[in-house]
Amino acid sequence: MCSTCGCGSGEVGVEGEAHAHEHRHSDGTVHTHGQDGELAHVHAHGHEHGAYSLEPVSGPAHAHAPGLEPSRMLRIEQDILAKNDAYAAQNRSAFEQRGIFALNLVSSPGAGKTALLVRTIRALGDRFEISVIEGDQQTSHDAERIRATGAPAVQINTGKGCHLDAHMVGHALARLDPPQDAILMIENVGNLVCPAAFDLGEAHKVVVLSVTEGEDKPLKYPDMFRRASLMLLNKIDLLPYLEFDLERCVDYAHRTNPGLRIIGVSAVTGEGIAEWLVWLEQGAGRARAARGEIAALPDSGPAGPGVAVVRSLIG
Amino acid sequence: MHEMTLAESVLQIVEDAARREGLRRVRAVWLEIGQLSSVEPEAMRFCFDAVARDSVAAGARLEIVTTAGAAWCIECSERVALAKLGAACPGCGGYQLRVTEGAEMRVKELEAE
Repeated sequence: MCSTCGCGSGEVGVEGEAHAHEHRHSDGTVHTHGQDGELAHVHAHGHEHGAYSLEPVSGPAHAHAPGLEPSRMLRIEQDILAKNDAYAAQNRSAFEQRGIFALNLVSSPGAGKTALLVRTIRALGDRFEISVIEGDQQTSHDAERIRATGAPAVQINTGKGCHLDAHMVGHALARLDPPQDAILMIENVGNLVCPAAFDLGEAHKVVVLSVTEGEDKPLKYPDMFRRASLMLLNKIDLLPYLEFDLERCVDYAHRTNPGLRIIGVSAVTGEGIAEWLVWLEQGAGRARAARGEIAALPDSGPAGPGVAVVRSLIG
Repeated sequence: MHEMTLAESVLQIVEDAARREGLRRVRAVWLEIGQLSSVEPEAMRFCFDAVARDSVAAGARLEIVTTAGAAWCIECSERVALAKLGAACPGCGGYQLRVTEGAEMRVKELEAE
């Protein structure tokens, strides 16, 4: 069993080669890879369940006379999610050092995360390296859709799990190996509840809400909307066919998160996508600039401070 | 929120402490769960009982201390009590709120022999 996420043993897997069989570069050259890799199971980190158990205890009726064994209090003072937070910090540090702009895309199932990603890759793919980590209980359908656009994608299957965690993302990153200054999209399991508290090391959570879901979703799932930096309101091309109160939805969203940026989009018609791309480009630019600053620190880089400063000036 | 995952994490923290301190049996575990966290205490109790079954914490009591939620109201320019996410400011009735306390989930201490 994965000791961080508690998923069933052998069920969590990271699938496949990052690239599709045929990878088309922006300059038109094409190269091919071998077959997609076998489903590789995330290995347990030596956490023996029950290694510290004593004589079998079957419930309240215990062999010891209650109260006669001396006991002591031990202070722990540890966050329940400390281990996940530590993995997330490792991921975040790796992103910062490599100038990678990492986003955690969350929504209920079917809001249009994958469709938006496909649209985004087609629009930005010649100007930015975009790498994708997909999360679903089962299948690699989403990773395959992404790879069909030419962008590299790795699929995490959580088995029975309902959210991605930083430990799984760390494994996927090892396989995906996004290049320097890339935009990394992590498409979480479709679920507005559980992913909220699991930091993956991302720069921002982007919540996708579609107009077919009802305007009161932000009130129903306040924790997720509170933690997001941007809300993409998708499927706005369907508004003429729905009784969706746009103003009320925006008001509800701002009740849970006054600072939430909201962009109405359609992955199908392309409406609003340009504004989303500007937000992405600004974020990617900041990540790249920050990498330059880190590289310019006196103790970073093998070549010494002088070279690092020049490197940061040329971006 | 997925209480089973959290219960596994609590157990792991308890087992790490048991190993470190040479504890034979854990009798009780105190958790501090914020009002605004994503944990439902009864679900947590149920899940912890289930996952602890064959461990050093089998049968251990789970004591859950709830800590109060609070937020900074931008309108009122002051800290206000907030009992749940989505509630309005008790002062001005508005929603310009930034949560400052009550989202924590911690293992505080344990009683062991």
